[in-house]
Amino acid sequence: MSEIPSDLKYTSSHEWVRIESDGSVTVGISDHAQDLLGDLVYVEAPEQGTEVQAKEACAVVESVKAASDIYSPIDGEVLEGNETLADTPEIINNDPYGEGWIMRIQPAEEADMSSLMDAEAYEALVASETH
Amino acid sequence: MPYIPHTKTEIKSMLDAIGVESIDDLFDEIPASLRAGDLTEVPVGESEMAVSRLMHERAAQDGQSLCFLGAGAYEHHIPAAVWELTTRGEFYTAYTPYQAEASQGTLQLLYEYQSMMTGLTGMDVSNASLYDGASAMAEAVLMAVRANRKSKSKRVLVPGTVNPAYRKTAHAIVHHQGITLEQLDYDQQTGVLDINKLPTEPGDFAALIIPLPNFLGRLEDLDALTDWAHQHKALVIAVVNPVALGLIKPPSEWGEKGADITCGEGQPLGIPMSSGGPYYGFMACTQALVRQMPGRIIGRTVDLDGKTGYTLTLQAREQHIRRSRATSNICTNQGLMITASTIHMAILGEQGLGKVASQCHANTRSLVKQLTALEGVSLLFEGSYFHEVILRFEVPVKDILKSMTAQNILAGLDLSEAYPELGNCLLVCATEMRSEQDIERYAKKLENILLRNESVKCPIKPKW
Repeated sequence: MSEIPSDLKYTSSHEWVRIESDGSVTVGISDHAQDLLGDLVYVEAPEQGTEVQAKEACAVVESVKAASDIYSPIDGEVLEGNETLADTPEIINNDPYGEGWIMRIQPAEEADMSSLMDAEAYEALVASETH
Repeated sequence: MPYIPHTKTEIKSMLDAIGVESIDDLFDEIPASLRAGDLTEVPVGESEMAVSRLMHERAAQDGQSLCFLGAGAYEHHIPAAVWELTTRGEFYTAYTPYQAEASQGTLQLLYEYQSMMTGLTGMDVSNASLYDGASAMAEAVLMAVRANRKSKSKRVLVPGTVNPAYRKTAHAIVHHQGITLEQLDYDQQTGVLDINKLPTEPGDFAALIIPLPNFLGRLEDLDALTDWAHQHKALVIAVVNPVALGLIKPPSEWGEKGADITCGEGQPLGIPMSSGGPYYGFMACTQALVRQMPGRIIGRTVDLDGKTGYTLTLQAREQHIRRSRATSNICTNQGLMITASTIHMAILGEQGLGKVASQCHANTRSLVKQLTALEGVSLLFEGSYFHEVILRFEVPVKDILKSMTAQNILAGLDLSEAYPELGNCLLVCATEMRSEQDIERYAKKLENILLRNESVKCPIKPKW
């Protein structure tokens, strides 16, 4: 069973979202997602200043099996992409909720967080997809 | 076992689903006059001797024209070994096999091809080829728009000196994705882009295309153009004639940082002109852009026993995995063509290719010298060229070409359609294949035709 921290929010496309104290959000992919993808070989994190919309593809993670889009969980502006992933993409496999974060986003004022899932709902989603 | 994929019942049910009566109804858009009709009988067999005779007669109808025509396809010497080896059973396939790793010989050949192309262009990586030069340029445009992370623009700047057919093809392929190819006007005095007249505020654009040589035969200011594009955070796409790289510095050395993507037509490297195809396109890029490059890439690795092996690599963005979000949904490689090219390059070697390029240039110089010595023929642009130049005439070239063709000489390309602003101009080319006698023959015939035209203009008055 993959790890699903209870203090994070999740999307149905397997991103996790942490709402930081300064109002920004940090985004990565779940332990379940990294497990499905297998060994990551390349990550294309978004550039700082990129405007993103909820459910819009804004980053790419590539494993030996497939290149997959990462979708922004909310509307906003990219504050920072995780530069260290360019040389060491495997940190997503090793630490998906910590060092393996992908981007930080400043949510737009009207950004809607209510559609994000809590850990329990996400766990149910993962369970339904694996059966 | 009959190789018929569908039963009558299945065909009927498919026709019912789309609401037509018969398979013939699917072709009713084709006018009856253009249809071949039914094949009622097959003629009686002929002997091998009779068939070869017929085929020779048919082939002779093509004529054995002396070719001074270039404009994108070039007649070069192809050593006999090239196609002798290429058409051996072990190589004789058009594609990368679907069970690729079972065909180590094919993969090794593709790997060698890629290595040679990177050597030739100076780029870090090459793919295993594309359809042709024009579609390779279109793929390079798509790739540049995807890859340029400093620009979200879908504008790509294209000099008016890029092959018009390439511009048309690229437009057809990219415009449905919202990408615009914006033309940069060339200087009509020099036939190249004037670096001092480039837009000072070009706005955000994803890439600049730089042709080498350009379609007018001229050599652009490669360094200045490359640096200009990079200063504006745009990528540089080099569209090069691979034979020209035997003499001219590779795109990786243009300007301070070098071109980002190099593409072009591979035909001059061992592929016969054969009425326009099949040819192949090549594409190479810097390491930084490798994941945006479309097409097959072959890598070398070792197996469990430590033995060298070859494998398809970086496939994660290809269409069989990524479907509509793949780097390209229209590309393949031209396996057979690049087999020939790889053998061709291996036989020539770096020195051989350099010699071919030098001889092309020398022959073109000789052609220019002999033709411009004629009354009414001059060189349009001063300055450097590779193996193609524009000659200016005082009369329209259409009739001259017609007369030359009647003498079995393909004298060049009439530019009046693609470049009407240049006037009566002919694009001519002499590769290493054109001997001094060939050039003399061209000059002699042309002189006769020009004199005849002259005499029509000033008729001799009858004495009585």
